[in-house]
Amino acid sequence: MIEVRELTKSYGPTLAVNQVSFDARAGEVVGFIGPNGAGKTTTMRILTCYLTADAGSATVAGYDVLEHAIDVRKNVGYLPESAPLYVDMGVVEYLKFMAEVREIPKSQRKERLRAVIDICGLEGVIQKDIGELSKGYRQRVGLAQSLIHDPPILILDEPTSGLDPSQTIEIRNLIKEIGKEKLVLFSTHILPEVAATCTRILIIHQGELVANGTLEELISQVQSEDKVHITIRGTEEAITTKLKELDGITGVVHVKTDDGVVWYEVTTAQEGYDAAGGLFNAAVQNGWNLVELQQESVDLEDVFLHFTSGQSSGNTPATKLSREDISTEE
Amino acid sequence: MQNINAIFKKEFRSYFNSPIAYIFITFFLAISSWLFFRAFFLVGQAEMRGFFGLMPWIFLFFIPAVTMKLWAEEKKLGTAEILMTLPIRDYEVVLGKFLASFGLLVITALFSLGLPFSMIYLGDPDGGTIVCGYLGLLLMGGAYLAIGLFASTLTENQIIAFILGISVCFVFLIIGEDFVLFSTPDWLFPIFSYLGLGSHYSSILRGVIDSRDIIYYLSIIGFFLYLSTLSVESRKWR
Repeated sequence: MIEVRELTKSYGPTLAVNQVSFDARAGEVVGFIGPNGAGKTTTMRILTCYLTADAGSATVAGYDVLEHAIDVRKNVGYLPESAPLYVDMGVVEYLKFMAEVREIPKSQRKERLRAVIDICGLEGVIQKDIGELSKGYRQRVGLAQSLIHDPPILILDEPTSGLDPSQTIEIRNLIKEIGKEKLVLFSTHILPEVAATCTRILIIHQGELVANGTLEELISQVQSEDKVHITIRGTEEAITTKLKELDGITGVVHVKTDDGVVWYEVTTAQEGYDAAGGLFNAAVQNGWNLVELQQESVDLEDVFLHFTSGQSSGNTPATKLSREDISTEE
Repeated sequence: MQNINAIFKKEFRSYFNSPIAYIFITFFLAISSWLFFRAFFLVGQAEMRGFFGLMPWIFLFFIPAVTMKLWAEEKKLGTAEILMTLPIRDYEVVLGKFLASFGLLVITALFSLGLPFSMIYLGDPDGGTIVCGYLGLLLMGGAYLAIGLFASTLTENQIIAFILGISVCFVFLIIGEDFVLFSTPDWLFPIFSYLGLGSHYSSILRGVIDSRDIIYYLSIIGFFLYLSTLSVESRKWR
């Protein structure tokens, strides 16, 4: 439903979006993440025909964003960042106005109005002016506005910013629910949100799309080697030699020795090899006093840092590098 | 058409939802009536010439105040982003907003009808010139509105939109004045005298409805609405 090909947009000398290409279909919830100023909002603005790309093409709901802007807009519900609304209008008055410009037939307007008020939990504020509402409620009115014409594609720019935790969960569930049949593309800074709601993740960094896939796919891309942290009580030299002799283990890094307890980071590059299990067996055989054995797991945060930490020369994220730096100093 | 209507209704209502419309109508009537009656009691003639004669100068300050928020506020609040991603064409929004501000002008003009009716009560004014006067007032007001609307598309600061609107209206008003025409080079003379907002207005005030004057105002309105549309579209320029 959304096809983006080599989209490029610059503001003066700054390249905001650089050759971004991706596809998205109905039934997907696509999370758009990236550091501030990465080009998320610009991409969304191009897809909603608010801005025009310098180069490349984008098709939304089968319509080209340049040639058939009006048809694209008919099929898209859009909530811009921080939900800009007319503060001097009443909630219902505003939604009625939106229903009218969205060309919802008069006979269905009431029904749609009721539907979005229910979905977004606006029942308690229908008497109020938008200017009197709190940030969270404004966000909901913004969301109601984007849903009023029941669009097949929903583009939301940071829909949960400014909401309290329970509202955030409600909106997430709503996004998931809508995403079952429709296409939802939303941006956020909150990584657990992406992990909880998205079927696919796009990571954009300095205008370039650096990652595109499901959470599992991205994790496997980052996790090139299996890493296990092991802490053993004993003498360093003896244990180090034994560890290095183990089959399947490709790297043993001594982290520190403290009070007779030795910390190691053990890595294996062998596909499918259970390093933690091997280490446990070794400890049993050698009668080591095992203090801690931990399989390092990669989460979305590591994935995010991996793809957005500037130079992608090394395979290790910035935080990990620093830890190894410390270990070599010793 | 439906879209223009929706935008018109929204903007028109927003004038009356906020104090803008009430303040505008009240102060406009108060100031214009006071200036009118001050002269009226001196001259002692039941005619509206004085009232209409004041309008180009009163409008100069009042009209840009009506139009300054139309785009500047949308840009400042960010609401333009939702508005311009609705399935509406840019010119429809421009037209809807213009018509809403024109609607406010018409309402104001209706409120001022008390003046001609009191003239009719007090004496025997020339009905034809009053009708022509109102026609001229609406046409000239429309031209000011279009200029003010254009000024509002250029900035997100309402004060700048206001001052800019006044300045452009002022320039268009004075270039047709004899005082300016006197010192313009010969080759510019016909252009200036044609473009001047005031000279066409005074010719309508004389009670002669010349199609050239009407065409002049309509083309000024059309031209500035076109510029406004271009200005709104300019966000998309590569």
